Amino acid sequence: MTKKVRDGMSSLLKITDLHVSVEDKPILHGVSLEIRQGEIHALMGPNGSGKSTLAYTLVGHPKYEITGGSIEIDGTPLNELDPCERARKGLFLAFQYPVTIPGVKVSDFLRHAVTNVRNPERKDGESLIPMREFRKELKQKMEELGMDTEFARRYLNEGFSGGEKKRMEILQLAMLQPKFAILDETDSGLDSDAVRVVSEGVRKLSGPQMGVLIITHHERLLEYNVPQFTHVMLAGKIVETGDAALAHELHNHGYAQIRERHPAEAAEEQSRQNRPETVGVATAVAK
Amino acid sequence: MSTEAPATPEVGVGDYQYGFHYGTEDYVFRGRKGIDRDIVKQISQIKKEPKWMLDFRLEALDIFFQKPMPKWGGALSELDFQDIFYYVRASDKQETSWESLPDDIRKTYDRLGIPEAEKKYLAGVKAQYESEVVYGSLQEDLSNKGVIFTDTDSALRDHPELFREYFGTVIPSADNKFAALNSAVWSGGSFIYVPKGVQIEFPLQAYFRINSENMGQFERTLIIVDEEASIHYVEGCTAPTYSSESLHSAVVEIIVKRNARCRYTTIQNWSNNVYNLVTKRAMAYGDSLMEWVDGNLGSKLTMKYPAIYLMEPGARGETLSIAFANHGQHQDAGAKMVHCAPHTSSRIISKSISKGGGRASYRGLVKVENNAHHCKSNVVCDALILDSASRSDTYPYIEVDQDNVAIEHEASVSKIAEEQLLYLMSRGMTETEASAMIVTGFIEPLVKELPMEYAVEMNRLIELQMEGSVG
Ligand SMILES: Nc1ncnc2c1ncn2[C@@H]1O[C@H](COP(=O)(O)OP(=O)(O)OP(=O)(O)O)[C@@H](O)[C@H]1O
Ligand SMILES: [Mg+2]
Repeated sequence: MTKKVRDGMSSLLKITDLHVSVEDKPILHGVSLEIRQGEIHALMGPNGSGKSTLAYTLVGHPKYEITGGSIEIDGTPLNELDPCERARKGLFLAFQYPVTIPGVKVSDFLRHAVTNVRNPERKDGESLIPMREFRKELKQKMEELGMDTEFARRYLNEGFSGGEKKRMEILQLAMLQPKFAILDETDSGLDSDAVRVVSEGVRKLSGPQMGVLIITHHERLLEYNVPQFTHVMLAGKIVETGDAALAHELHNHGYAQIRERHPAEAAEEQSRQNRPETVGVATAVAK
Repeated sequence: MSTEAPATPEVGVGDYQYGFHYGTEDYVFRGRKGIDRDIVKQISQIKKEPKWMLDFRLEALDIFFQKPMPKWGGALSELDFQDIFYYVRASDKQETSWESLPDDIRKTYDRLGIPEAEKKYLAGVKAQYESEVVYGSLQEDLSNKGVIFTDTDSALRDHPELFREYFGTVIPSADNKFAALNSAVWSGGSFIYVPKGVQIEFPLQAYFRINSENMGQFERTLIIVDEEASIHYVEGCTAPTYSSESLHSAVVEIIVKRNARCRYTTIQNWSNNVYNLVTKRAMAYGDSLMEWVDGNLGSKLTMKYPAIYLMEPGARGETLSIAFANHGQHQDAGAKMVHCAPHTSSRIISKSISKGGGRASYRGLVKVENNAHHCKSNVVCDALILDSASRSDTYPYIEVDQDNVAIEHEASVSKIAEEQLLYLMSRGMTETEASAMIVTGFIEPLVKELPMEYAVEMNRLIELQMEGSVG
């Protein structure tokens, strides 16, 4: 689909020694990661290890406070940028729990989003991309993802099933074509046909122009999108990095061996789970 | 009695957000400030009204003087009735075509985008400039069907019997202080009669605006929808900003007969100094449907509670309203449903947004008379508060004299959720744009009921309101 980007020209998302707290509670304890455009990375780790926290921090969720370290794209620091500016620099997150925006039509929302991301200098109120062109592109992308074009007229995520929400995230990915995409459990809550559609969709969309960080507990998505790198997170740290085989191993054997190999982090994980407020929040978040 | 020389109104600088402001030199008559019997007599005389109307006005004036200011609602203490002009006429005669409108009036409307509406609903546009309707073209088709669509002054002259039969029957002068004031000094407004069985397919539209300092607008609208007929009437306002207080106090009376339907849509965006104190009421007869769709932006204080009296079995009433209260604004709006007969139903959906220290209040009444068994009423009020300086209140009143009724009331108050903002911003929207989008979505249930151009204008107004936070 796209030409291979020559080495020197591909963008780099560089995360260095990132420390993050939520409401003064430290969650990430020094995460470093480099993702190049065109690469696929898998991020795995047990529940509560901090994967979504990393994702939210990357897109600039105001609740997630960076207490140390940096996020850069091609040397430009993102730490101080708001989510809008980061999106316009080419960052995208497919949310684990996409929110509903009542009364806002999918097509209106996407037309704004696409216009902004394609014209990063755009000011509020400046014109949107032409309607016809946009409609055509949207229709085509929806068909490619096997989505009923009726969804374009619906309100964003309102009354969508879990699987439909995830597909909507992938549609946005397709329309926005970011340099770096983070997929936070985009494959969970889907029936097996939907997993295939989403996995194929991601495969079609990724390529030399996109760096992808796939957060997942399953293997299907990774079978379609074989990662060059697999990272394992435990208690807010990346404790191991390997290739696709590591993902496979974790899938088959779980995290017991990882915990054995990293007793300090395993202990930290244990003590986190015993903090009553953490448990409370975790349940609330999971709902 | 002397008529003063026409004064040249002070024209402010174009500080209105749309940035238009055209000369208003052509006034024929501007009277003087203040209200008394002489002013009322002058108004009636200039309009060459029949004696009964003069008597009606004078009686209403007495009632106005007797009635105390309402103690509830908003702050009215700064409103000085003697510092207001009660009658201004922009042009002596009715214009019949767009081209022959005076230039400055046309320019102002151009900025408001009237031509589009004009093109689309060629016959339906009526534009009120200052106190009288100066432009109106009535589609031949309509008059062939016997529909009367004219300004209220002309209706009094040209259809005296029909006029007298209904005028003041829905809202008597004694209803409230502002209805009395309007009854004394009313001028302009629309008069519509839809004969039995006639269905008007497209919305009839009228634009109103205030364009003179300290000038009150007291238009009076009367709509009669005869049996099995239907109409959708649309009224919209955008007003230039002037520095001193200004008063708008309209009265709208509607009669919806058996099996008829009427929808009355209003979008108002008064400048921040306007007191907008409007009395709107409809009487709905057997198996009819009356709907108020009401959008209120701007103004210093709006007090408006469109009412529907459900007079006979099978009558249905619906009010869909939104209020946007920005810095320095108080929107005290709501609805009133009075079930006077059994098997009647009503629904109120009210949405309010407050921002920048603005205050939005829902004030509503559902009343069920004691013979009105098997009634249903459903009230939903949602308030969105955009910052901690702003305020929202709900005052729902329910008076039920009957056991066999089903009344539901739901109210919610919310803020823009951080997660929603993050979601939209992470797709490249600025915070302002994202908030505007959430607000637009919040009022979508109302906006989708509007004719196209109004929906577009409404969304644009919301965007303008969301820009440049004050306070
Ligand atoms: N907004 C928040 N408020 C409070 N605690 C939070 C918040 N977000 C995350 N946490 C805590 O941070 C830790 C990491 O959570 P995170 O959601 O990043 O885990 P995860 O690796 O994505 O888990 P899962 O696999 O279940 O999605 C958890 O203990 C969680 O309770
Ligand atoms: Mg997660």
